[in-house]
Amino acid sequence: MKIKVFAVLLAVCAGAALAGPMSVQVRNGKVRATPSQLGSVVASVDYGDKVQAGTLEKGWYPVTTADGKTGWLHESALSKKAIVMRSGTTDAAAGVSSDEVALAGKGFNEQVEKKLRSEGKLDYSWVDRMSAFTLGADEIAKFRAQGHLPGGAQ
Amino acid sequence: MSSRHFLAGILVLSLTAPLLFCGCGAVSEAGTGIAQAAGVLTSSQAASINRSVKAVEKTWQDLTPEQEYYIGRAVAAQVFQTYPPLDQPPANAYLNLLGQSLAAFSDRPETFGGYHFLLLDSDEINAFAAPGGLILVTRGMVRCCRNEDELAAVLAHEICHVEKKHGLSSIKQGRLSEAFTIIASESAKQMGGEQLAALTREFEGSVSDVVMTLTTSGYSRQQERDADAAAVRLLRRAGYPTAAMVTMLERMDERLTDTGGLGFAKTHPSARSRADALRATAAGGEKTPDTVRQQRFSTAMQAIVARR
Repeated sequence: MKIKVFAVLLAVCAGAALAGPMSVQVRNGKVRATPSQLGSVVASVDYGDKVQAGTLEKGWYPVTTADGKTGWLHESALSKKAIVMRSGTTDAAAGVSSDEVALAGKGFNEQVEKKLRSEGKLDYSWVDRMSAFTLGADEIAKFRAQGHLPGGAQ
Repeated sequence: MSSRHFLAGILVLSLTAPLLFCGCGAVSEAGTGIAQAAGVLTSSQAASINRSVKAVEKTWQDLTPEQEYYIGRAVAAQVFQTYPPLDQPPANAYLNLLGQSLAAFSDRPETFGGYHFLLLDSDEINAFAAPGGLILVTRGMVRCCRNEDELAAVLAHEICHVEKKHGLSSIKQGRLSEAFTIIASESAKQMGGEQLAALTREFEGSVSDVVMTLTTSGYSRQQERDADAAAVRLLRRAGYPTAAMVTMLERMDERLTDTGGLGFAKTHPSARSRADALRATAAGGEKTPDTVRQQRFSTAMQAIVARR
């Protein structure tokens, strides 16, 4: 009997540990080895990718990617809504009015930006240039270490 | 219009119109349910009305990170029309190292397109946070900072505006209601010409609302206080002395008085009052700036600070 109760408790705990499927809501998500933005990157995930998420811990979800890699993603990179990539498929059409599904590329999107560009209303050249300023976790860690800033605490 | 449709229209309007103003979706769906039960609405008509009522309820908080990203890009592009970018690669590279290393400690380290920083070629003392993480800092603002720690305080404040989506909150609800109605009726495939034109109009209006807030009217005092308090927490987490926030504001106050209150003063509560509010929580810590940080700040910003 005791073994049975223990087994049930174990199953409940295992269930609680798995928050379930979540979608990546940023363009390039980085799955990190530790729950820190300065942690090394173990996998990259793209907008709309699904991951299996565990229990949220201080802003970080332990995740397993579709190809089985495990690590941590910050909650700001994930959405509980399923993000359906715009493909014109029936799946995408079904997502239009659902609270559980978000359609990628819907609303204020690339098409709207293209229209503004084509009308010559806004010059995006510097926006594109500044968006290319990206740094790796190693460069940030080096900058912080050289500046005698205490490392890693989130 | 047949009398049946006319009656359906009156019934649905009488059931749903008050709800458009009270924003109660659950009851509005019940309303269309009654109309359906009365046999005056088909299920697809009811679904369509429910969808539009839902669209009216949407607010800036319902904008996805992807939409925030496109708004932020247009906001930055519009700000550049008044404040031209400063093409100084070493200074901009340093600004991004500092800014991105701070953003890593934010409560919202991940945005759709990430955090990126750029200097503006203006003597005005100002800084702008476009939604999604495009952060712009004028040369005049850099001159208010004596060291990396004080520049970190400026950037932390702007990062916290992004974290709290203050820019998006300045978009007029009417525009968003229009936009969400168009979005709700948009098909899964490419938008039609008219839909795209209408959505682009709402997009331009939304971008103008944000730009107006950033450059002219300013955020609310409460939002500024929230960004200041969050910036102090962010600096602490990232290992920077929080007192830099107070000293930066004090220095800004002096400079703003000298320049007659242009730029930042126009859109922010007085730097003096902000410094006073933070002194209790942010004062203390390192008195002398770290020499390596001081040196790299001076090297990177030499050309900026020298041009007066």
